[in-house]
Amino acid sequence: MSRREITSGNWAFAEAMRQINPDVVAAYPITPSTDIPMKFAEFAANGRVDTNFVTVESEHSAITACVTAAAAGARVMTASSANGVALMHEIFPIAGCFRTPIVFGLVNRSIGAPINIHCDHSDSMAERDAGWIHLYCEDAQEAYDTAILAVRLAEHKDVLTPVFVCQDGFITSHGFEPVNLLDDETVKAFVGERDADFPLLDVDRPVTYGSFVMSEYYFEIKRQQVEAMKNVLRVYDGIAKEYEAVSGRFYPKLDRYRTEDADIVVVIMSSASGVVKDVVDELRDQGIKAGCLRVRMFRPFPAEEAASALGNAKAVAVLDRALSIGGTAPLAAEIKSALYDAGKTIPVQSCVYGLGGRDFFPQYARELFTDLAAGKISREERYLGLLE
Amino acid sequence: MAIRIKDYTQKESPLTNGHRMCPGCGAPTAVHQGLMGIESPVVVVNATGCLEVSTTVYPFSSWRVPWIHTAFENAGAGVSGVEAAYVALKKRGKIDRDIKFVAFGGDGGTYDIGLQSLSGALERGHDFTYICYNNGGYMNTGAQRSSATPRGANATTSPAGSVLPGKLQKPKDLTAIAAAHHVPYVAQTTLFNATDVAEKVKRAVETPGPAFVNILVPCVLFWGIDPSLQQDICRLAADTRFWPVYEVVDGAWKLTYKPKKRVPIEEFLKPQGRFRHLFRDENSRALLAQIQADVDADWQRILELSGETWDA
Repeated sequence: MSRREITSGNWAFAEAMRQINPDVVAAYPITPSTDIPMKFAEFAANGRVDTNFVTVESEHSAITACVTAAAAGARVMTASSANGVALMHEIFPIAGCFRTPIVFGLVNRSIGAPINIHCDHSDSMAERDAGWIHLYCEDAQEAYDTAILAVRLAEHKDVLTPVFVCQDGFITSHGFEPVNLLDDETVKAFVGERDADFPLLDVDRPVTYGSFVMSEYYFEIKRQQVEAMKNVLRVYDGIAKEYEAVSGRFYPKLDRYRTEDADIVVVIMSSASGVVKDVVDELRDQGIKAGCLRVRMFRPFPAEEAASALGNAKAVAVLDRALSIGGTAPLAAEIKSALYDAGKTIPVQSCVYGLGGRDFFPQYARELFTDLAAGKISREERYLGLLE
Repeated sequence: MAIRIKDYTQKESPLTNGHRMCPGCGAPTAVHQGLMGIESPVVVVNATGCLEVSTTVYPFSSWRVPWIHTAFENAGAGVSGVEAAYVALKKRGKIDRDIKFVAFGGDGGTYDIGLQSLSGALERGHDFTYICYNNGGYMNTGAQRSSATPRGANATTSPAGSVLPGKLQKPKDLTAIAAAHHVPYVAQTTLFNATDVAEKVKRAVETPGPAFVNILVPCVLFWGIDPSLQQDICRLAADTRFWPVYEVVDGAWKLTYKPKKRVPIEEFLKPQGRFRHLFRDENSRALLAQIQADVDADWQRILELSGETWDA
């Protein structure tokens, strides 16, 4: 029987891990993701999982052990944030290239300096080209559901690519809210068993992982990762529908909130989208055709779908919770690129908000929609909630 | 049970011939000798370095056994992950074989950049053997100094010049650091005879829990020796007591090779190009005396730890 519990994003993710009961978890504490390995350690200590929980001495070792355990044939999960994610940076592309289907709870936190423990997306955005799938969750429910769904996506034979399941640090990870949890048997049946194709532990069919590859082959191997990412766009909806069949909840790549006939659209990711959706409702009540496009899947980026979702909008604002200092913020760059390829010349206002956990208030969204409606759009990046 | 050369010359080495290591390099010798005494199937984890680069040039592999390399500083964590997966899958009935895990790293990947990862793996108690093939520097990048480089050696980042006589510092004692983790088996040896490496690695692998074996091996280019002198130079390392050969079993130190006579350190240094500058002028006398004093002090400490005396 499914249950409804008041829980946090971190605990919901940890609960999904308990139900998935992976072969190996290797993790290291860092705020705000620490609750995940802490909760999981409690499960292990009380026999509620029989996972081999490896308490490594750094994030670098955590992800290394995850990669080699996954190459060995194990189902593997971990979690981290911010500087921990940055310390893992060297190993992420190796995980991607080895095609190790790790499911990773990434609890978004700003990267120092200045050191700060609160949410923004600078940690995961720095890994956008690492060859991992990026899924960004709006709330604890979605973090829970996505953890389970991601196992199937990562391990799909046409994909075999690790997944970041991102949730907003503190806002989602430490906020308590009602979450519907599936029963253990349903989760177990949904994720099934991992069936690894070339496990390192098959001593009768020895394989070499991590060879030295020079210019003759390197490019071709990277090209295969590109193809696997394209396959994600193809197989994702099928897995999401299967998940809907067992949970009653469907998570599309792009969450289109009243965008069909919208004149003005705000594009955003993760928890702050709830604020934007509330404002959309307000404006709709006033007869203003506003919409919110929440990007859930950032890698691979569903560019065609995004362009089509923005349809006939007259103006779009893209809200990034990360800077690309000296360039275009990551989500804005993707949206502009998608619109260009689709032959659409919709004006796009790039905005950055919420860095270092700065609050995002409905008023910011109201002002932004007002400006979009008035055609007040600048090529300059705009900063929401900044004191200057 | 003692290992007989005859037995393992007839066994197929996990590392094939035709790899691209230099003639005379001690690393593949350490791999052959180390792995050939192991009866169970073995999985190898390799840190970045000459051994990794030269044995896996895609699309070829010189490894007849499962092998994995991820990066430079993380062979300890890498072998932890593979072993953790093995333990998990065995518990869940998905694997029924007994498999052993051996990690190889050079001294750069072990003494320096990989020390934290190795320390973590030793402390956590995974069942694996870590072999440091120690040639005293970063050979894969061109003979830079590491914290294993001997005092006085001419390395490319501690070159012997008109003011500085090569590396000034004494190497760190990594074997003692490993032993300080209170793991069940730690050893240090070199290629000074044909069976010692095999015997020590076999014991390391067969001992449940973590084990560390530090094997001094020549890099013929860095050391500046003729490739045919591989075993001779290693014997001199042992005989001059530059590289004491010993085991630490469950905390008990034991010298496993006691040279019969006192051989001055010059005998080990002189044949090597990297120490040539020490014999050119009078200025190096003090440094040579310091190196001999280091050797004598280290030897005395190991004698005391082993509860031994030495009359040579």
